Amino acid sequence: MSEIIKKFMYINRRAPYGTIYAWEALEVVLIGAAFDQDVSLAFIDDGVYQLVKGQDTSEVDMKNFSPTYQALGDYDVTKLYVEKESLEERGLTLDDLMPLTYEDEDDDWAEKDSIKLMSRSELAAIMDEQDILFSF
Amino acid sequence: MSILHTVNKSPFEKSSLNSCLGYAREGSSVLLYEDGVYGAIKGTAIADKISGLSGVKIYALGPDLKARGVSPEKIVDGIEVVDYAAFVSLAAENDKVQAWV
Repeated sequence: MSEIIKKFMYINRRAPYGTIYAWEALEVVLIGAAFDQDVSLAFIDDGVYQLVKGQDTSEVDMKNFSPTYQALGDYDVTKLYVEKESLEERGLTLDDLMPLTYEDEDDDWAEKDSIKLMSRSELAAIMDEQDILFSF
Repeated sequence: MSILHTVNKSPFEKSSLNSCLGYAREGSSVLLYEDGVYGAIKGTAIADKISGLSGVKIYALGPDLKARGVSPEKIVDGIEVVDYAAFVSLAAENDKVQAWV
């Protein structure tokens, strides 16, 4: 449909429940996914908390939207860059994050990891290649 | 005069917890809730600061830890996990509440 494919990066820098930023970002990503663009998500600073596994909001009267990240692969949102330094500063490792995968249609639907651990400088280079940045 | 200090902001985004720890004197209490509970996780610079405090009791709100996927074994030793009822009791037991919003 669209002739030009642009590189869209959504930059997530907020923890999931204290503010509405994380939830709003997810909404925008899902809407944007309908436009067949080259989409990626970056998780920097407190944004890495969005992907922490085992979230259970049953006692705080809020919606647990963390399962929605699992659905991103079905919308061809398969590049979730997590900044290594931000994880380390927060005492976290990849093992603390939800396993998020997608099926690669170009590789016989093999299941692959959506989360890609990146150093700050690697992520800065990827950010540089983008056409549009959305900040949350 | 005892003070209950409350912190509801992430220590990695705001200086609230850092300021609070500077003001928490012996005999006072600090309660971490909402995004403040991220300050209770082991293995960070702020965790070392919390561990280094003497005579200050640190609490973290259980429902907020649970919402954020922070399991009990990830919490700094000595921090007591409490529920909403205990939050109310702490506010009532102390002479004053200082909210580091």
